[in-house]
Amino acid sequence: MLFKTIKKQDLFDLYFSDVQCIGPKKVGTNYKGKPIYQFLPFSSFDEINLDYETTEYSAKTYFLPYKETLSSFQFKDDDWDQEINYRTRPRVIIGLHPCDINALVKLDKVFEKTLFPNPYYITRRQNTFVVGIDCKKSCDHGFCSSLGSYTVTHGFDLFLTDIGDRYFVKIGSDRAFNALQKIETREITKDDNELYLQTRNKFEDGLEKTVRVENLPNLLDIEFESDVWKKWGDKCLSCGTCAMVCPTCYCYGVTEHISMDFNKSDKIKQLYSCNLNDFAQVAGGHNFRPEPATRLKYRYYHQHRGFVESFGQPMCVGCNRCGRICLAGINPTDVITDLQREQKR
Amino acid sequence: MKNIMHPYDIRHETDMVEPLDFNRRSRLKDVDKCFKAEITNVIRLTDMEKLFQIRMVNDKDWERFIFLPGQFVMLELPGYGEIPISFSSSPSIRSTIELCIRKAGKVTQALHKAKRGAIVGLRGPFGTYFPMERMKENNILLIAGGLGLAPLRAPISFVIENRADFKEVHILYGAKEPSQLLFDYQYDAWHRIDDLNLQVIVEHPDKSWVGPVGLITRLLEDIKVPPDKTYAIVCGPPIMFKFVCKRLSEMGVPMQRMFVSLERRMHCGIGKCCRCNIGSTYSCLDGPVFDFWTVMNLKEAI
Ligand SMILES: Cc1cc2nc3c(=O)[nH]c(=O)nc-3n(C[C@H](O)[C@H](O)[C@H](O)COP(=O)(O)OP(=O)(O)OC[C@H]3O[C@@H](n4cnc5c(N)ncnc54)[C@H](O)[C@@H]3O)c2cc1C
Ligand code: SF4
Ligand code: SF4
Ligand code: FES
Repeated sequence: MLFKTIKKQDLFDLYFSDVQCIGPKKVGTNYKGKPIYQFLPFSSFDEINLDYETTEYSAKTYFLPYKETLSSFQFKDDDWDQEINYRTRPRVIIGLHPCDINALVKLDKVFEKTLFPNPYYITRRQNTFVVGIDCKKSCDHGFCSSLGSYTVTHGFDLFLTDIGDRYFVKIGSDRAFNALQKIETREITKDDNELYLQTRNKFEDGLEKTVRVENLPNLLDIEFESDVWKKWGDKCLSCGTCAMVCPTCYCYGVTEHISMDFNKSDKIKQLYSCNLNDFAQVAGGHNFRPEPATRLKYRYYHQHRGFVESFGQPMCVGCNRCGRICLAGINPTDVITDLQREQKR
Repeated sequence: MKNIMHPYDIRHETDMVEPLDFNRRSRLKDVDKCFKAEITNVIRLTDMEKLFQIRMVNDKDWERFIFLPGQFVMLELPGYGEIPISFSSSPSIRSTIELCIRKAGKVTQALHKAKRGAIVGLRGPFGTYFPMERMKENNILLIAGGLGLAPLRAPISFVIENRADFKEVHILYGAKEPSQLLFDYQYDAWHRIDDLNLQVIVEHPDKSWVGPVGLITRLLEDIKVPPDKTYAIVCGPPIMFKFVCKRLSEMGVPMQRMFVSLERRMHCGIGKCCRCNIGSTYSCLDGPVFDFWTVMNLKEAI
């Protein structure tokens, strides 16, 4: 990895005027008076705040859009032609925190480095220039420390750490290296290194390890019939919001939509949630997971067991977006703690 | 920035890894591509099921389309949707494939209205298969309940075509009522094959029924095979294969020698949508064919 430092305001000169730029924009304040941020397109740096705490939604939507046309069928007499299109317009996302970049790295495993690489995801990913930034302090209820997702080593183009009046920059790709030619960069000095490590140590000292996750793959199997699932499942509204805001949840459904003139049909992929009632329902009406509790359990089962089985690490990055947004007050740290308490009893 | 970020177009990628399956073997961009196929014949089996004979429109596509018994294909009916369907014909027939489809919902209902000549799309073949090669030199029990005969017909054809490689062959099939029996026009042909035991049982006989009456497990009572020299393939609803496999276990057949095919909702067939997960196992990638030992170890399988 190559390291450099840059003057903070020089980042603005990197400003990519000919491509769409996305960053953490303040969109309102919540009932506690805290600002709410979202990753949204911006046209000038005044609109975004790189010191933001967290965003309500993850940046996943720019890689796995909520709704996407996979292909279109054009009807001609009794025949048809299928047209497949991928998004290839470049885009820049600025201000992703380590957890969100780690989430992308996990999605890469699912969509890029598997048996059936997914062209829709890959084109979006390859055409997105990712500028990450280190958090200054841990966010409300975040448990990244439990999942080790507060540091990143790859999956970005540029990664910034605020070390006072300069950014300590990790260069993650050749296109990032080239982009930096536009501005003045400085080689790392001993002081820079020192400052960087100090900043990081200070951050890490402020982290609390809230839950343990290493034992979850085994625990989830043993506690498959646990009452804990009923306790939390009975609260769950099966609304699916948790999966929508999650940076790693990727499951989906596909439906077809015919145009009004019957000449065309679009195959549309829509993100889904395993908490939704008909997630596992099949023709004839049989539902493999009829109760909210079994569906809620399944979400944890996939995140902390299934994914570990397939990729050697949990899928969750501990951002706690799902916990903060849940109307029923279901927080993953509480559910996991409960499950572990069950074990100790 | 423009010169740094060249739009990266996947369609220009040519040297992709050579994988096993059709949609993978084709270039990466074809992951979602449906290959055009024509319905060449529609055969009515019962009120609910029809058999569709289908042929690829493009001969080149056809040459590469090789499947194994137990695998499935994603059948696209443009404008309606895409559904997973098991192959119901012999893999060695290179002129057409056969899919037996029950009228169950939106897509299948539309398919039942389709006529000869209609153009559909195919993606696949996907999934695991029955390890027919491993089963050679053994006795084989082919057991189906209800619509389970549709996927079972592929291994049945394989076994008949390679009869010399197998010892005893038993085909057992059960249905609720005689009117629901699939492929009844074939039983006679199977019966005539020397040294092949075919038995059909129904739960609720009608007046003209002369065969055995009861549950499929009853047919197993008369079968005596050395369990460690026997393989079984069981296709049918979960409740049926659960009882059949239990009975087979009691007979001493090791669980790793029994194979079942599981059905879950599917929206992609390639391990992305997660709709098909059983516990956390993808039934489109690691299944649909599983040995019974694996099934026993899956959460929420039965
Ligand atoms: C591996 C496998 C093999 C199969 N083989 C056969 C076969 O040989 N013959 C046969 O008649 N049926 C088979 N099925 C079941 C068949 O896929 C469903 O009957 C079909 O998807 C129903 O679609 P529909 O649009 O008519 O129903 P709807 O109820 O309108 O379903 C809407 C959508 O849900 C999904 N869906 C609903 N039910 C199922 C289901 N049981 N399995 C998977 N997806 C579902 C599909 O994407 C479907 O388009 C198989 C299923 C699987 C998983
Ligand atoms: S856990 Fe919360 S956010 Fe998720 S589906 Fe249940 S009620 Fe909705
Ligand atoms: S499951 Fe919740 S805490 Fe984990 S990554 Fe998803 S939103 Fe964040
Ligand atoms: S069918 Fe989509 S993951 Fe298996």
